[in-house]
Amino acid sequence: MNTSAKMILVLTLITMISGGVLSSWDGYTAPKIEQYRLEQLRQAVGDVLPAHEDYEKVEADGMTFYVGKEGAATVGIAFLAIGNGFQGEIRMMVGMRPDFSEITGLSVLEQVETPGLGTKIVTDPSNKENPDWFTDQFKGLVPQPKIEALKNQAPQNDNEIQAITGATISSKAVVDILNSAIEQARKKYNSTKEQVS
Amino acid sequence: MAKKATLMREYAKGLWDENPVLISLLGLCPTLAVTNSAINGIAMGLATTFVVVSSSVIISSIRKVIPHQVRIASYIVVIATFVTVADRFLAAFTPEISKALGPYVPLIVVNCLILGRQEAFSSKNSPGRSFLDALGMGTGFLLVLFVLGAIRELLGSGSILNFTILGDWFMPWMVMILPPGAFLTLGLLIGLSNWINERRAEA
Repeated sequence: MNTSAKMILVLTLITMISGGVLSSWDGYTAPKIEQYRLEQLRQAVGDVLPAHEDYEKVEADGMTFYVGKEGAATVGIAFLAIGNGFQGEIRMMVGMRPDFSEITGLSVLEQVETPGLGTKIVTDPSNKENPDWFTDQFKGLVPQPKIEALKNQAPQNDNEIQAITGATISSKAVVDILNSAIEQARKKYNSTKEQVS
Repeated sequence: MAKKATLMREYAKGLWDENPVLISLLGLCPTLAVTNSAINGIAMGLATTFVVVSSSVIISSIRKVIPHQVRIASYIVVIATFVTVADRFLAAFTPEISKALGPYVPLIVVNCLILGRQEAFSSKNSPGRSFLDALGMGTGFLLVLFVLGAIRELLGSGSILNFTILGDWFMPWMVMILPPGAFLTLGLLIGLSNWINERRAEA
């Protein structure tokens, strides 16, 4: 057999075997990965919405809403807020009252902020009593006219939160992402309601 | 007896004398990037060990049928297959660690430690020897990553493997879990290993 033919044959064989191995392995692991993603989503929705029996998915204008139901009544609406943080994308799940008047909860799903500083938007190990103090501040927050992050002073009004010392950019990023996401969500969600009625 | 000693040597050389990180300075990108905690170091070390051992055994068994001209392409396909298997495994069974390691698991493909072992060892030796050689190299890599991660986690967060070691009085050195901490610690570790080797050579 000449060299070219052997080269083609061997490389083809190796890649075919590799492809076979990978596709069967993917068939085994993909459902588990998907299941974990769903669990994470379910947990995040549960965390940010007030007590609810179940939630349903509503698609509106390219945005997905998770509508919490207690019987027939809507108790809250959750949606994803995604935007740029200090170093990369921040993905958050936000829960709001059905009329978008008040935030009921916030959970950070993914972020790549600076370890030890910006990561305090998820948990702050230096605050022993309440490591989740940053996200907790958003509970009951009224985003009118918009949310403001204050530096080095305690919040006075319903639309203010305190920024993390040493991570002002990450704190401000969270607030900016929320402000624009809430604005968009309100428009899109209300537009679908009008179409239905 | 002599044969047995050399087999042992095949494994043990990766631990210190030819340690991939401290002596050959291979695979420094993941070494520096993921060692902000001990558990990340262990996970990366185990994933890399799995890939280097499996690739070495397979490549060494088919070394005689691979034409010389396409050997690198063949090695990369085999390595990439095992990396993808490891990556999907971590994502399915240890999602938290998979998240923490981020893009560095897929990047094991281009870790020169692995390709280096195929080119320098597995392509010339029997599968048994290649297995020991790869296992030794993987263990050496794992040990350095664990030590590096443990030092950085201890000084940067006051804990090792999430167990708090240093109490409330300790003010964490933030720099240790940031990129500069990786360079500082690795530099000191390599310096220490060189110092020990020099002392041993003199003695």
